[in-house]
This record gives sequence, structure tokens and C-alpha cells, in this order.
Amino acid sequence: MSNSNPSRQRPSLLRRIPLAFGAFFSTLADADFAARLHDLRRDGPPAPASPTQSTEPTQPIAPQPAVQAGTPPAPPAARPALRQAPTDAALQLLALLQRDARLIDFTEENLADYADADIGAAARLVHEGCRKVLREHFTIAPVRPEPEETRITLQDGFDAGAIRLTGNVVGKAPFKGTIRHRGWRVSEVRLPKLTEGHDASVCAQAEVEL
Amino acid sequence: MNATLNSPRFAIGIDLGTTHCALAYVDIDACDGEHTSYGVLAIPQLTAPGAVEELSLLPSFLYLAHEDEMAPGELTLPWSDEGFHIVGELARSRGATTPIRLVSSAKSWLCHPGVDRRGPILPNDAPPEVARVSPLEASTRYLAHLRAAWDHAHPDAPFDQQDVTVTIPASFDPAARELTGEAARAAGYGAMTLLEEPQAALYNWIQTSAGQWRKGVKPGDILLVVDVGGGTSDLSLIAVTEQEGNLELHRVAVGDHILLGGDNMDLALAHVVASKLALDGSSLDQWQMRALTYACRSAKEQLLADPELELLPLVVPSRGSKLIKGVIRAELTRDQVTATILDGFFPPVAASARPQTRARAALTRLGLPYAQDAAVTSHLAAFLARQVDATADLDGFADRQPEGAGFLHPTAVLFNGGVFKSSLLAERTLATLNGWLEAEGAPQARMLDGADLDLAVALGAAYYGYVRRGGGVRIRGGTARAYYIAIESSMPAVPGMAPPVQALCVASFGMEEGIEAELTTQEFGLVVGEPVYLRFFGSSVRRQDQIGTLLDFWPVDELQELEEIRATLPIEEGRRPGEIVQVLLHAKATEAGTLELTAVATSGGERWNIEFDVRGTAG
Repeated sequence: MSNSNPSRQRPSLLRRIPLAFGAFFSTLADADFAARLHDLRRDGPPAPASPTQSTEPTQPIAPQPAVQAGTPPAPPAARPALRQAPTDAALQLLALLQRDARLIDFTEENLADYADADIGAAARLVHEGCRKVLREHFTIAPVRPEPEETRITLQDGFDAGAIRLTGNVVGKAPFKGTIRHRGWRVSEVRLPKLTEGHDASVCAQAEVEL
Repeated sequence: MNATLNSPRFAIGIDLGTTHCALAYVDIDACDGEHTSYGVLAIPQLTAPGAVEELSLLPSFLYLAHEDEMAPGELTLPWSDEGFHIVGELARSRGATTPIRLVSSAKSWLCHPGVDRRGPILPNDAPPEVARVSPLEASTRYLAHLRAAWDHAHPDAPFDQQDVTVTIPASFDPAARELTGEAARAAGYGAMTLLEEPQAALYNWIQTSAGQWRKGVKPGDILLVVDVGGGTSDLSLIAVTEQEGNLELHRVAVGDHILLGGDNMDLALAHVVASKLALDGSSLDQWQMRALTYACRSAKEQLLADPELELLPLVVPSRGSKLIKGVIRAELTRDQVTATILDGFFPPVAASARPQTRARAALTRLGLPYAQDAAVTSHLAAFLARQVDATADLDGFADRQPEGAGFLHPTAVLFNGGVFKSSLLAERTLATLNGWLEAEGAPQARMLDGADLDLAVALGAAYYGYVRRGGGVRIRGGTARAYYIAIESSMPAVPGMAPPVQALCVASFGMEEGIEAELTTQEFGLVVGEPVYLRFFGSSVRRQDQIGTLLDFWPVDELQELEEIRATLPIEEGRRPGEIVQVLLHAKATEAGTLELTAVATSGGERWNIEFDVRGTAG
């Protein structure tokens, strides 16, 4: 999947949503992934395509327009390909998952302290809430409509972003293979609109009863 | 010239519900006869501080926030950013933890004659510091929110230029109808029409059939609409007749106002579960009780939908951040649901069953007059028995009821309201009704397939706005009651007894919109500058009384006393205080769906409106 071409396509919003979702759950579930993400955020974007730039990641492009004045505008090509996704949508989703599914509460608890029956009871709540959030805020459909374990043929030019080849990946398209997972694609996102100045980093307000 | 310049593009239907509001619309120009182009407005509303979502339902809740309660700007809506009054989903969720600032069931208060409905009385348990609002103002806020949502979504088709219909329970009395109209005017609605909710549900049934409804009913059918919403139950009977080969629909009877709905059922279940938990030593606070009620609702729907399920686990979360530690586990069993919901609210009673009433303690008038008997089927039995003669005067119905029938025999039933999402409840109601029919040797009633139970009323109201322009069949009905005022009899007084009163009919049953009738047999002398209060009665069964009919005696359950009404002749030029003016009463069923009583001077023809809701201004 690695692609060092600096002019790599920037994923559309609809593509970014499953990415963000995947990253969110992977961060929670996979310590290695979280570590890499941590490094990524701490170091800023790696800058292989612009070795002449300084290590100032926040404004890498600022000096360039002057240098390139008069040339056809192609500044994005010169930028580092990684960028920081806006965090508000992620925080919003986290707030919804906390509000309806108590996801942060659940994840922050130490499961070792409890019997399976108690964890199971809480899991029902978390499951029902997660499902509610997904149903209300996303329209999700399988990437491939065929049932799993069906054999299909992928023609040349298939969307490698939506379909992952695994196993004996050799030769040229058309590829024949078996669907192991149908994939999920979000076709619609309905996140609440935020008011100006809303602090999305508060995922759950502290409650003080008077 | 262009006729469409002045005529509205949309017919808008608004379901102003006890627990939810909805707005639906029909695109008039895009319709072809009984094939309509329609939609439901997604209503932007706050769902959390600083977050606005579009939902198809607007919860009918108003939260009066404390000025320090929200960060600045957190209450911004797409069309406004002022005030501490929150409407909709956020109001409901905030109110769960701070009930002293939550206004709920405003509609039930709006039709509660025991209170001052223009006065600031809600929330009725708020501390003095909270600036309360009137039931009228709360309703106005919901209607204004819907109007703003429409204008936001349709800047090219302003709300006040569209054909707007607002629904009300069929059981609303003239005062409650008038107050609803007043709320709509205060919310900036232009011309607006009121429509009874069961009729709206039937219109929706007609609409979704796209012309096929004529195959579903036949002349001689009596359709029973059973509408059990979140807070109220509403019953109506609609007869199908034939006129020159065309089917016609007549609304022949409406039920009394019953404050009994789905919310009562969920709460009843939650109490059953909570009392079992209490036996095991766990007590729930108010917040947990609400969570339990919510959990009971979805578990109830699953249990009623799937006969294989025997029990469902319920989980009540803790309020603190220790989720697993504080979780309370309970379960809802099929037996509990059957005993509480099916046998508690829909018991298979006999046709002779009547709702039980207890004498009320005088203080209960401070709260809402909830139905004392939770059995929907008993209320239904009483309604059908009272209306046994509802179709007697209708062409072609004379021989449809057997001699000596104990109740009116419906031939088909349309269910509406969220409660009937559980098809078992609709089936139980139908089976109970069919048991009564069988006992009287009548054929079984069939079920009319309904549409979306949450949105049928709003959709049907929008469709009504469309058919009023000639796009389809209309349900005829007119006033659902006859109305009377009391006059003191001229009989000699008997010591120790109140002077007997006679009831004078001032508006007859079934007056259709636009009809105005004059009461010529009785003149009244009104004193200028002094309000005159008249006792006012309604009857949902006396179809034969004409305007001017004077009753010396009536069976006690045929006339229900409503609020007093008031006539005031203002002091104006040419009239002195204390002068007596002779007037005649006029009654008019307005196009908007309200009743108007007017006092008209016998000489000069001056007119003064008679007010229905006088409590708020009686001073």
C-alpha cells in the first residue's frame, strides 16, 4: 500500500470517513498501530518529497509562491502528501459514541476487575448504543453485494482502494478470487452540525447535580 | 395571467402531538389526481449543546434553561441564536435530568379546562425562580420552530404563503380548538385549517392507496379509527355512503378526550421491573428510572413483535463514568408484558364494559386529568355503545344495525399511533371488538392496512390541504358535537334546590364549514360593560337537536358541561354602561375548523364575539 509518489491522490471525504473510522478503532484495539500514529503525530508529516524544506511542518508552502511566481500553479505537487484530517468530526463521533454507547466509559474500565456476566451486561448497552449511532448517522452498505465465499472476477482497473487483494497476489488482471469479507462502504454521513465556537473536545460534559 | 402566483405551491400538514410534532407536505403542482408527490420535512433541532441535527420528528418538549447552564452560542439554530428556550430533542434529554425546567405535554394542558391556559403555569412544579410559560406559549414555540425549519429549507416558498393544516384531537372542545388557532396565529401562521387527527390518519390511508381505497371499502361500511398516540387516545367513526355512484365519507362520531397513551404503557412496565429490582435491593434514581423506561420501550416492542422470545435482558447504566461497576441488570419477561400491556391496557373485556371512574379528590385538578381506567378496550366499548345510533339518520344505514344492538357495529378498523407498531396490540384490540360483534351476530370487522404510524397524521393533514383544492375525496363531518347554553327555567323555585336549568341548543351537530345559523327564538338582554357568563354544554350523541331546541330534561350522560363562555359588550360611543342591548346568538362553523359564537344586536346589527376560554381573562 505504500506509495511514495508525492502527487498521490487525496482521498475524498467519503473515503476519509471509513479511514477515520478504521483508524479510530485500530488505535483503540492495536497498540502497535497506536504507537505508529503517535510517532506520526509527534514528528509531523514525513517530508520525503521536499528534502529542501526545513522541518517546519505547519507552513511548508509559505515561501514557495514567491519562488514559483509566474510558473503554472502546481503547488500541491510540492507538498508533503500527508496531512492532518480535521479533528472535529472525529471528536463529534466520539461524543456520540460516548453519549449513546458509553464507549469511553467502557473502554476506560479495567475488565480484569469484573465477572464476564457484568461485562456482558455492559456490552449489551455498548452494542445497542453503537448500533444506534451507526444507523442514525451513517448509511453503510457492503462494498461487494455478493455473499461471502462467492467466487468473483476482478477486471482490469478495479478499485484497489475498495478491494484488497490477499493471498497469492501474482499475475495481471482479470483476477479470480473468493470474497472473504464483503467490505463496508459508507454512502452517506449525517453528523450533527456544530455551532460556531463549540468546543468539540468535550466529548462528555461533567455532570454536577445541585 | 399567472394563476400560480397567488396560489400556494405546497400543502403543509402539521401534527402537533402531545409528545412529538411532525411536518409533511404535498407538492400541489407535481400531483396528478390521487397520485401525490409528498415528503416529510427533516427538522433541524439541537440534539446536544452546540450540535444541530435534522430529525423527522420534533419532540414536543420545551426546556427553560438557566442562563448559566449553557456556554455562549451553544443554542444556535440555523435561523436564530437567541434565548434560553430549547425545543426538541435536547429539551427532552436535558429535562430528564432537570425536570423542574421541562415543559411537557403542553397539548394536554391546552385542552385542560381546569387551568388558565394563557397563564404562566408550566412547568407546574417549577420553583418560583423559573419564569414559567403558558400552555399556549409552549404550543406556539413548537409551531414557530416548525415554521422556521420550513422557511430555512424552502426560502423560495415562504411558509405563510402555503396551505397549512394543523391537526388536533377529534375530542378537542371549542375552547381548545380556538386556543390552537391562536397559537398558530401567534407563531406567524397565516390562513390555517384545523383537522381532526383520526381523519388525518384516514386521509393518509386514502393517499397511500393511490386511488385503490375505493376497492377497500364499500357503501355501508363503518370505519373505526383507533388512534393511540404517546399521550392521548382518540376514537372516531366514519361511515361510507354512495352518492350518484361516488363513494363518500362521513365522520359521524368522535370519542371523548382520553389522556392515555404509549408513554403510560412504557412507564407502567418500568414500574413493574423497578419494583422487582427493589425486592432484590437495588433502588433506582430518577435518571435511572428514565433509562429503564427507555429500555422497556424497545424491549416491549421486540417481545410483542416476536412470539418466540420469552425474555429480554434490560440494562440500566450507572450515571457515573464507571460503566460496568454501576450497571444494574434486570429482565423483561413475556409474562410481564402480557400482564401489564395486553391485559392491563388492552384487556379482552365484554362489550358491556365501561371505564371505571373514581370520585376525584378536589386537589387533582392541579395536575392533568389522566384517564383513571387504563383499559383502552373499555373506553372503546363505552364509545361504541354511546354511539349506537350514530348512523341511524344516514341514507342506506337504517337496516345495517340489528334491532336492539348494544353498540354500533364497525365493519373495518384503522389503527394509528406509535403504540400499534406492536401488531399484537392491534390484533388484540381487533379480536376483542370481533368478540363483541360475534356476540351480537354481526360479521367480523377487518383491519385496514395502515401506513407509517409515526407520520400518518402529518402526511394525512398535508394530503387534506391538497384535496381541499379539489384533488380527491373529502371526509364530510362538520362539528363533532351539538352545543348548548344553560338558561334558568322560569319554573317556581323550590326551597333548598338550585333553580332548574334548561339547555338551549346554539349549534347543531354536524354543522359544516362555512355554515352560519341564527338562533331566532330567544333574545338575550346583555348589559353593556358587564361580562355575562353562560354555562356551556356539548353533546356528542344528540344529532337531532336543531338550533333553538330547548331541553327541559336530558339523560345525564348525553350532555357534558364545558367551561363557561362569556359575552362582553364593550362600552363604546353611543352606549352607556348599564344599558341593556337585546341580542340574538349566531353560530358559525368556520373554514378554519373552529366554532364561532356571535352576539348580534337585534337593532343595528352590531356583532360581538363570545369567548370560549374565559378563565385566563376572567380576572
